[in-house]
Formats: sequence, C-alpha cells, structure tokens
Amino acid sequence: MKYTDYYAALGVERGASQDEIKKAYRRLAQKHHPDVNKEPGAEAKFKEIAEAYQTLKDPEKRAAYDALGTRPQGEEFRPPPDWTRQHGGADQFSFEDIDFADLFSRFGAGGRRGGAGFGGGDGSMPGQDFEIPVEISIEDAFHGTTLALNLSMPEYDAAGRLQRVPRQVKARVAAGAVDGQRLRLPGKGAKGFNGGRNGDLYLDISLKPHPLYRAVDHDLYLDLPLAPWEAALGASVEVPTLAGNVNLKIPAGTSAGRKLRLAGRGLPKPRGGAGDLIAVAQIVVPATLNARERELYQGLADAAGFNPREKFDQKGKAGA
Amino acid sequence: MSSEAEVFWLDEHRIVSLPELAEFSGLTEAELRELVQIGALQASSHAGDTYVFSARVVTVARTACRLRNELELDVPSLGVALRLLERVRDLEGELARLRALLPRG
Repeated sequence: MKYTDYYAALGVERGASQDEIKKAYRRLAQKHHPDVNKEPGAEAKFKEIAEAYQTLKDPEKRAAYDALGTRPQGEEFRPPPDWTRQHGGADQFSFEDIDFADLFSRFGAGGRRGGAGFGGGDGSMPGQDFEIPVEISIEDAFHGTTLALNLSMPEYDAAGRLQRVPRQVKARVAAGAVDGQRLRLPGKGAKGFNGGRNGDLYLDISLKPHPLYRAVDHDLYLDLPLAPWEAALGASVEVPTLAGNVNLKIPAGTSAGRKLRLAGRGLPKPRGGAGDLIAVAQIVVPATLNARERELYQGLADAAGFNPREKFDQKGKAGA
Repeated sequence: MSSEAEVFWLDEHRIVSLPELAEFSGLTEAELRELVQIGALQASSHAGDTYVFSARVVTVARTACRLRNELELDVPSLGVALRLLERVRDLEGELARLRALLPRG
C-alpha cells in the first residue's frame, strides 16, 4: 500500500494539538466539501482531508499512524509485523489490496450510516453505503438501459481481513430517468461483516451531452434552423425526434427564438406520459448568394416596408 | 455473472416512512423530526408524530447526514445549509432551462 502523509493533507505539523488539527480540518472541509464546491478535483481533495482527519482526530488511531514513522508521500510500504500485532491484531489485514483509508477505518469508528458507532455488540458491522455518479445517453434515458457497473469494494474475508474486491453490479434503469435522478440499490454497497447487513449503492444519474438535444427534466430542446423564406412564408419541415422524424408546421412570420412545441415527444415519464420536444427557431442565411438570389433579395429589400428596428426609433424619440 | 439488482427510484412517486428515512440517511429520527419542524425537510404528510416523505427527500437527508458528520454541523446549521443548497439547485435548474433556449451556434 502507498503511504499517505495525513499531516501534510491537513497542512499541520506532526506535533499539532488536537485543537489545531480540528481547526485545520474545518477550514479545509468547508472550502472543499463536495456538497458546496463543484469544482473539478474538490471531491478528491475533500476525501483526502476527511481521511486524514478521521485518523488524526482519534488519539488511538493517531498513535497507530504515528507509529508507522515518517515516509515520503506515496511510497510503497507494508506495516512491520510488530505494528500489526500492537495496533491491528495478528493477521487482521491483508495488505495487498487495501489502502490507508481501509487500514485505519478498521479502528473503532466509521459506522456505515453516519459514523455513529462501529456495529453491534456481537462484533457485526454493517457494510458501507456507496454513492457513485453514472452518465447515460439521452437515447438510454428514452429507451431504458441496463448498466453494468464495475466497482472495487472494501470487504472482509472469512478470517476478518479487509481487502478490496472487484464486483460487478447490474442494474436496469427503466425509461424516464432525467438529469439528477437518484436510484437506490439495496444491499449492493459493501458487504457487512459477521452478520452485519450489506450497505446500499446509490446511483446519481446524469445525461451525457447530445449533439442535437438539450434535456431539461423530461423536455428536450432542439435548435431548428430555418431559411428566411421558410420563416417568413411558413413551411412544413422534418424534425428529428428520439422516436423518428416527424413533420412540424412552421407558422408564417416565425422569428428567431420562437419555441415550437411537439407535445409528448420528449423523454418518457416513469408513471406514463412524456415531456415535450421544443424546437427553437433559428433563422439561417446563406453565406454566399448567386446572382439570381442577390437580385431577388435586392428586389425584396426595395419592396418591403418592414423595419426590424422599429423599437430603436421609438426609444430614440421617447428619449429625445 | 451478477444478477440484476433491485432498483428503487428516489423520486416524488415513491414514499418512505420516518424509520426508513432514518435508516437510509444515517440521521436519527429525532434529528429528522427537528429538520421537519424547522422547515428544512418537507414531509408529504403527517399525523401526529407519524411522518411520510417523498423518496426524493432521501437524497436531501443523506446530504444533511454528510454535512453533519463531515462539517460537524448541528441541526439549526444543517437547516440553513439545506435551504441554501436547495436554492442553489433551483437556480441551477433555472439556468439549465435558460441555457437550453440558447442556440448552440
């Protein structure tokens, strides 16, 4: 396993008092806590800080940590046998597949739900809950999908040794998930020890960006490019939906930004019905014109009495 | 090969009882009651001391538990933090809706 410098993580000296450790943790935790800081890397930083604090705030764990000595951050090492006998109990750990957090979580704290106690008086210990983010495509949200999640969970073997075990969890996500949807998979977190119940797995679903659609709850938004004459005269255009193309009637006199709603063509709702597909009109002009097109546009410009900036004039007069 | 896991949607269509919410979140029933009383958690219905919640509240209560454990907040502080987080979520939702109206360009 790799050595982690907990004092460095909290930015305190090795001889820091418990009060200094607590203050350093609080200062860093309120800055990096993932519920309040959504910056990339904040969650990893918070985990590092929390792991350090969980060990250093507890005198017994801190003494065990200090007994490992000082090493370079990240150095591969194995606790010596006398340390294991003194602090961990003989043969309590398999050091091959665990990290520092696993090693020190075995000491008396870190109950699964809220950290209030280690388990039952019978030596049982509930497995830890896990929350993981999962990205699915908009198509998967529309049709439903089966996720195959490859996880690494801390588990105790029959001899009570803690180790990381690869596990695959399959979960069917029915049609209708939206961005921010949470799912609970009972008993699919870490396994309990000595008869303790298994933890739960929580999935935090988000939708991957899509080249055409933007999802807001069950509604889908789509940019709908229109030629100037389609917008002015009205038209019937083919629009892609997740269930196939449909024809959409464009009313004459459609301006850019107008929202044209296709009811029930968005993402399905879990209890029936569906959101809407909302096509947002964009007027697109040709980058270049041939001679004939230029002549026609010029004729239109000469003949039209339309002033798109009428409001400018009114504002100017009102302010004069 | 693993079999498919049972999946519970934590949305407004499912309900959980107070003991279930305590079990799923890690907060005690007393803490949950207090959060309801100060308006930081919404119960779907209650008769006397018996509360029923939308399953959506599980996520909020788990956040409260994390904040309690990791930032060592008491219940009144949790109430403030939850209200601010809810406001952030509402604003993020509004921002997403407005962004969806902008052309990709």
